[in-house]
Amino acid sequence: MNAVTTPATARELTTYVLRLADTSLVLAQRLSAWIGHGPAIEEDLGCANISLDLLGQARLLYAYAGELEGAGRTEDDFAYLREECDFLNATMAELPNGDFGQTIVRQCLLDLWRLELFEQLTQSTDMRLAQIAAKAVKEIRYHGRYSSGWLVRLGDGTDESHQRVATALVMLWPYVAEWFAEDALEQALAERGVVPSVAAVQAGFEARLAPILRAATLTRPSNVDYRWFGKRAQHSEHLSHLLAELQSLHRAHPGAQW
Amino acid sequence: MYTQGLLEAPPKAASAVEDSERMAHFQARIDAEEKIEPKDWMPEAYRQTLIRQISQHAHSEIVGMLPEGHWISRAPSLLRKSILIAKVQDEGGHGAYLYSAAETLGIARSELIEQLLSGRAKYSSIFNYPTPTWADVAAIGWLVDGAAIMNQVPLCRCSYGPYARAMVRVCKEESFHQRQGYHAMLSLARGTPAQQRMAQDALNRWWWPALMMFGPPDTASQHTALSVRWKIKRFTNDELRQKFVDFTVPQAQFLGLTVPDAQLHQDEDGHYQTGPLDWSEFNAVLKGNGPCNAERIAERREAHAAGAWVREAAIAHAAKRAARAVA
Ligand SMILES: [Fe+2]
Ligand SMILES: [Fe+2]
Ligand SMILES: [Fe+2]
Repeated sequence: MNAVTTPATARELTTYVLRLADTSLVLAQRLSAWIGHGPAIEEDLGCANISLDLLGQARLLYAYAGELEGAGRTEDDFAYLREECDFLNATMAELPNGDFGQTIVRQCLLDLWRLELFEQLTQSTDMRLAQIAAKAVKEIRYHGRYSSGWLVRLGDGTDESHQRVATALVMLWPYVAEWFAEDALEQALAERGVVPSVAAVQAGFEARLAPILRAATLTRPSNVDYRWFGKRAQHSEHLSHLLAELQSLHRAHPGAQW
Repeated sequence: MYTQGLLEAPPKAASAVEDSERMAHFQARIDAEEKIEPKDWMPEAYRQTLIRQISQHAHSEIVGMLPEGHWISRAPSLLRKSILIAKVQDEGGHGAYLYSAAETLGIARSELIEQLLSGRAKYSSIFNYPTPTWADVAAIGWLVDGAAIMNQVPLCRCSYGPYARAMVRVCKEESFHQRQGYHAMLSLARGTPAQQRMAQDALNRWWWPALMMFGPPDTASQHTALSVRWKIKRFTNDELRQKFVDFTVPQAQFLGLTVPDAQLHQDEDGHYQTGPLDWSEFNAVLKGNGPCNAERIAERREAHAAGAWVREAAIAHAAKRAARAVA
């Protein structure tokens, strides 16, 4: 049975599900740019694989958001016909790929956070969300193995590779803060057991990250004050470029079927 | 088709040292439809022909990721985006699989990639044509993967075991790509006037290059005799081209699109006869003067160069681990 009973909860849950969906979609879009351009064929295939999984997650989540909202919006309506100020993805997902090292740091941080988050979401009192999380968590576990494997290889590789991922880690770390800055919506859903408490997810994330950074001979950066809140549609300047490209063809042919 | 460069560079003649007895035994096995395996004796010319053919096929898969890959970011629906990523991923997988098959003949993948990036190795010219619209992605799936299947299904019975086995798997996926491409084309052809025009334009662009994928006409192609005797090649270029035309013209008709050939007609046996192909264009693209030859290679070189530090780091890390394991 579904825990959602009141319209208010349904609205909150819709927003939360869109946060998850948008993060999956935006990250899939970024990662797919490596296909054909990776450092080796195996990495083209690895990035394609993860990108496909993320896209699959986004589609399941958009479908659910559409049902919760009850206004008949489809996955493509959510992906192609919303503006930058409607997108609720975690800011880190929209940041540029940079070099392969920067992509790997971004991926590893997001994978470890999402692995913990989705693992806990499998216990959600909302059955649909729990089911989607159960499917996604198997995929994210594989993604985390891939990205953390590369982070260790690059961190503990050559001087150059170490320097590159160390720099990327410092650059990306401030964007972690938003995941663990619990807002009223997350708090309200957590009280009903629909989503895990942010503190519990943070503890799990830190526990997963520490041994990987150790193996990669990298230092966990200290926290900084400034916070981005993509989840409340306060984005970096990069998202609108990404959406312009993603949405261009779809928007050029309103109502067309593909 | 993916190996058209063969016709430019015939295999070198078998060395005189190879004794005629081993050669006779080898030919007898091939005649008996036995598979030749990596550890078996084989004439040097057979080995070289296969290295060239398999590696050109692998290069074609890898370069072939680019023209369609450029549309991943703009695919017009999430479903089409997923299908396209999966397709381009498959092509990369084919490349990796085929490089491995070539390696069984005693050449390293790194050397083959070096041949591609330095411009010494050929890949299918079809990937030197541009994909200016989404419909080009659909047309590639329908026509280019369609032509690839025609050419590659007979290769599943190729005398060299590793290549034949690779082709069985590759062909399954190519036929899936062909169906998806055709379906994407159908959506456009049944769509808005703008989509229909996009579909027709793409067919106009890809029809003749697709026919040329099968290589020069039999009358101009002298190097296939040995490949036929060794059962690397089982049909001639013109036979395969005819099969493709007969298969594809009715599909174009069903789509309501016009094949850009005023002379196209059905003969009394039911075969479709096309007008003459412009081989001067084919040769220009083959020599490197196609619309996108330079871009494609530049893109591959750039990716390879940008990834050098990553590959070095992976090697360094593996060495560190190995050292730690010993210590
Ligand atoms: Fe392929
Ligand atoms: Fe192929
Ligand atoms: Fe294909």
